[in-house]
Amino acid sequence: MKIINWLLLISFGALLVYASFGLPNRGDADAVMHREKSPAGSQGASSYYIRNAYKDANTPNMVTVILADYRGYDTLGEETVILTAGLICFLILRRKKKNSDDPI
Amino acid sequence: MIRYKSNLIILMVSRVVSPFIMLFALYVIFHGHYSAGGGFQGGTIMAASLLLMRLAAGREIAQLQFRTILGTPLGSIGVLIYFGTGFMAMLAGGEFLNYGFLPFAGFQAAELRSLGILMVEIGVGLAVMAILVAIYDDLLEGYPHD
Amino acid sequence: MTDFILGHYAYWAIIFLLVLGLYGMVFKKNLAKKLIGMTIFQVAIIMFYVASAVKWAATVPVLDPAIGAVDAAKYISPLQHCLMLTAIVVGVATSGVAFSLVISIYRRYKTLDESILLERMKSS
Repeated sequence: MKIINWLLLISFGALLVYASFGLPNRGDADAVMHREKSPAGSQGASSYYIRNAYKDANTPNMVTVILADYRGYDTLGEETVILTAGLICFLILRRKKKNSDDPI
Repeated sequence: MIRYKSNLIILMVSRVVSPFIMLFALYVIFHGHYSAGGGFQGGTIMAASLLLMRLAAGREIAQLQFRTILGTPLGSIGVLIYFGTGFMAMLAGGEFLNYGFLPFAGFQAAELRSLGILMVEIGVGLAVMAILVAIYDDLLEGYPHD
Repeated sequence: MTDFILGHYAYWAIIFLLVLGLYGMVFKKNLAKKLIGMTIFQVAIIMFYVASAVKWAATVPVLDPAIGAVDAAKYISPLQHCLMLTAIVVGVATSGVAFSLVISIYRRYKTLDESILLERMKSS
């Protein structure tokens, strides 16, 4: 059982190191992710956001514009996840005052 | 295990520092349009200031600052502010969460979007602050206090 | 070769953190230590996203009037920062849920060790 665990760990690390050989150099401005056109030929997302954020929303901080305007649905979902996590903690842990000595 | 006793120096320093951390949190939320910041970061700093008082003064004294029972309702109000901003834009004729259609007269579409982003960030900050404090309170529920 | 190493050593450090997190999740018997491993794994993924957003000779994604918004190579990519901003706070909230489940398990079975826990779950 131990040997299977070690094999899993070593193969996971080796796979990731092998995959990292295909990544572009860190900080390279000509990497596929930072280009104007994506490999499929459409407009690249991050350069579009940089160019149009101030024109669309009159706000200099691009991260805020993406967070609240371009990806508004995404942030609404994330906030619902946070609220649900708080409610789950409430429901699991908070007990009534009367039978607080019972082991659940 | 060492029982914590209330320490005068720690209590006084936290009482002085905590309002300034709150002020900085408000700065981070409302200046998020022009520098690094926004609702998530500001809400987390605000929760840090409330948790500082909880750690320094114990639970009973910290109730005077922020009551435990307020956590979940304030979080729900934060989500409702976010949802209400999107819904207001929808009622005014646009799509859901399209802030360009918010019903405030005298603004261009780009300025209306800036205003909508500010309202959304306030809702996010309120929800994050309330939920983080509520999670802390729930994790310590039933734990013997000093 | 030197270029390759200088461009990739950050990725290898992140891979080390990922393997460390998986080690904690697989080998440790205590449920709280497993949770710590899961958090290390999560932080490593966040660091990978942020590391992939870097461009040399570029500034933070806040519009500077002296630079203007025409040249996209002058600002680092804002998309990854936006995604990870929400992921950090959601990670804190979900780890709160995980710790509440661990506390609930401890109150019921009075242990967090995995093998003892399985025995007690079978016998009860």
